[in-house]
Amino acid sequence: MLKYIEQACEQNVELNQTPQPANRAVIAKMTRRRFIKLAGGGAGMVLGMQFLPNTALAFEPYPTGADGMPNKTVINPQVFVAIDPDGTVTLTAHRSEMGTGARTSVPMVLADEMDADWSRVVLRQAEGDEPKYGNQDTDGSRSLRHYVQPMRQMGASVRFMLEAAAAEQWGVDKARVRASNHEVLLLDDSGSPSGETLGYGDLAKAAMTMELPAFESLSFKADDEFRYMGRGELPMYDLHDITTGKARYGADISLDGMKFAVVARPPVVGATVNSVDSEAALLVAGVEKIVELPGAMPPAKFAPLGGVAVIANNTWAAMKGRDALKIEWSESPHDSYNTTEYSEQMRATAKAPGQVKRRVGDPDAAFANAARVVAHEYYQPHMQHAQMEPLVAVADYKDGKMTIWAPVQSPYGARTDVAAALEMDPEDVRVDVSLLGGGFGRKSKCDFVIEAAMLSKEIGSPVKLQWTREDDIRHGFYHTTSVERLEAALDSDDKVVGWRHRSVSPTIFSTFMADPGFTSDLEAGMGLVDTPINVPNMSIEAGEAKSHTRIGWFRAVSNIPRAFGVQSFVAELAAELGRDPKDMLLELIGPDRVIDPVAMDMKDLWNYGEPYEEFPNDTARLRGVVELAAEKAGWGAELPDGEGLGIAAHRSFVTYVATVVKVKLADDGRITIPEVHTAVDCGFCINPERVASQMEGAAVMGMTVAMHSGINYENGAVTNSNFHDYPVARSDAYPQNVHTHIVEHPFSVHATGVGEPGVPPFAPALANAIHAASGKRFRDMPFGVRV
Amino acid sequence: MAITLNVNGTDHQFDGDTSMPVLWYVRDILGLHGTKFGCGTGQCGACTVHVDGQAARGCVLSVQDAAGKQITTIEGLDADGNHPVQKAWRVNNVPQCGYCQAGQIMNAAAFLSSNPDPSAEQIDQQMAGNICRCGCYQRIHEAVAMAAVESKEG
Repeated sequence: MLKYIEQACEQNVELNQTPQPANRAVIAKMTRRRFIKLAGGGAGMVLGMQFLPNTALAFEPYPTGADGMPNKTVINPQVFVAIDPDGTVTLTAHRSEMGTGARTSVPMVLADEMDADWSRVVLRQAEGDEPKYGNQDTDGSRSLRHYVQPMRQMGASVRFMLEAAAAEQWGVDKARVRASNHEVLLLDDSGSPSGETLGYGDLAKAAMTMELPAFESLSFKADDEFRYMGRGELPMYDLHDITTGKARYGADISLDGMKFAVVARPPVVGATVNSVDSEAALLVAGVEKIVELPGAMPPAKFAPLGGVAVIANNTWAAMKGRDALKIEWSESPHDSYNTTEYSEQMRATAKAPGQVKRRVGDPDAAFANAARVVAHEYYQPHMQHAQMEPLVAVADYKDGKMTIWAPVQSPYGARTDVAAALEMDPEDVRVDVSLLGGGFGRKSKCDFVIEAAMLSKEIGSPVKLQWTREDDIRHGFYHTTSVERLEAALDSDDKVVGWRHRSVSPTIFSTFMADPGFTSDLEAGMGLVDTPINVPNMSIEAGEAKSHTRIGWFRAVSNIPRAFGVQSFVAELAAELGRDPKDMLLELIGPDRVIDPVAMDMKDLWNYGEPYEEFPNDTARLRGVVELAAEKAGWGAELPDGEGLGIAAHRSFVTYVATVVKVKLADDGRITIPEVHTAVDCGFCINPERVASQMEGAAVMGMTVAMHSGINYENGAVTNSNFHDYPVARSDAYPQNVHTHIVEHPFSVHATGVGEPGVPPFAPALANAIHAASGKRFRDMPFGVRV
Repeated sequence: MAITLNVNGTDHQFDGDTSMPVLWYVRDILGLHGTKFGCGTGQCGACTVHVDGQAARGCVLSVQDAAGKQITTIEGLDADGNHPVQKAWRVNNVPQCGYCQAGQIMNAAAFLSSNPDPSAEQIDQQMAGNICRCGCYQRIHEAVAMAAVESKEG
């Protein structure tokens, strides 16, 4: 997200502009590199095709959005792979692990292609260093989407080098050797293993100091030769350590002489310390020092909010000391923010014409001539990430160098932001990444890391800066609040001839630049202008909404309210017209086609930074997941009273997901979810086991979004504080029997990510199921737990 | 006056603030980091430890109240990490981020020792004290049910 926001800010993009003619270069610039690879070719070696994997066309490189990311990708096995003489293969995991399995799945691709035995692989987590490793910003469901190709290429390179080293050692042609499961086999004249082998460890020194082979000389595995990819048989790398308490998260770092700190932050964004009385705080046993931290008024990117830090010799003392502080805060321009009033303003705005983001046909005429109009509004409050690990960072400033350990999604971003905040050379800042106890986008924003770094420099000792749950909930970067207004014009035959979608929500850009006041083009690319809805006359609009807090991205971002609005509205239309909701959805999606911004003569749809040609918005694939989920859920069967099915589908982060939720109402009206079927099309599926786990988790988070979570403001301050007033789903009521159905594709259908795309369809599918079970329609999130 | 705290079978003397919760004592004073901080108010269960074999919330239990009792943290649950609950967790690939899992495992282990044959509903009710924001509840349920069977058979 950040990269795209910064890019837009740097280019001084006019966010309020009306649609421009299409950027026709979007597709034309894509020059497709077609490599037809023949094994061993290019290195001047005699080929032994029969001995080698079926490599022709096994892997055809394709462009991805990685090429447009800061520091792009690095393809250098000497950076990512080390082999010890005992055969231990150390792979560098350069993406952060926050629960998606990226730390396992990305290196697993490399291990597979180099034919390493995973049980002899150890992982090393990379420090923040993008020039060395390539982009490390772990968000946007990008880790596999952008790294499956570099990992395969590095794996193939290492395999090539190991084979070449073995051939040299045996004095045979390379065609007479073959890598297989952590050793290289010497083949006999017939191409069968001779029984003589050299282990990867035996070959390591010669192989890893060899000149890197040219891409054209590499051979790649065919899909049926994958040892790990596509199988889902490997447990996540840290599984054992997690179950024994040995896994290390951000707070689990201890340094000699380390102090413990908590910070009292202003209750309202933009307020500052007028006065502080720290006398009582300093009397708390263990409290050593009080430090005032400067803050910044938005737009301030990830700058800390400022406040008063309490430094102590343990966390408990620091928290008690903070309780004893007496602070007077200044006024803030955001003191008047009240979300109840603000939501009413958003609803009013949504009723009036807005800034047109996309226009098809003549929507005004379609609505003017309609036999009838159906219109509804859908509301989402702010949300906070509430990842289980509260923010925490350890910083150690010594001799002009800053060393940091933190659970961050973007370690290089944190490093450069810390350097900028402290006016240091980034070369003098090191950021090491622990496991993340959840992230969901919050740990992309490094305000907490900067706080720790400031404090360590100030007090001259290592410091562990701990946020409490209340801090997390009250001082977040919040998911935008929104009103999505949907209108349909029906002709006298009840056909939908006009469609209007007006989205009113404060923009993430307000955290980075003077508030543009409208949802940005980037956010509009998340389920607004890229809609699959196929109606001849459409108007897609944004209404003005100024921000009064720090808006940030939350797992799936604007796709959540957009999918909730559109997919609820489709089911409402079906109910209005007495149609089956799934049939209505498929009819509105329309014929199979690629949604092509150039053909539509409109501006860039963003497409999550991916080239359209390689990652098209293909409605056939959306239809595919709808039909798959419906079939598996037994769509159309008669259900007893008090039960109902709801369906919703949404493409986000270039992955297609459809969900069918079954709702069963308890006698007291409580909403239970006994069964869920989720179909996902993520191209070639690299780790089906983690994909299923992401879909199960997305169902739980989707339920929380729909039924439980809402951040509220009164007089500029967040009124929620902890899990009692910011509830999340618990195991006494969670989506049960969540079945994940993965559309099968060969490797040639580009792999895409799944960390976020499972979330958006869940809330509307649930709302639709509740309606089917009870007749009650929820349009405002959170619904609560009863009908 | 120092109090005596027994953690994972070892006695420790502590003469600091007796209002300090067990969570911060084991983490900051003893350096046992397996027990996690989640909410500080006894609502999420990330800090679950055993006190005399019963599950307890380390973030709201003071060392004063735990003095003289047997405190067990995730590090002390099983020397080899092979408690039936830990094994079931691995067989079912339960975790995503993993942060809450030590608390989940400690709650499940104490629960099964007092109720070795729970119903599905009892499992869900008991585990409702532990939040998993990644949403691993389905697999947590399966793992607890599997551990119950293994404990009985084993």
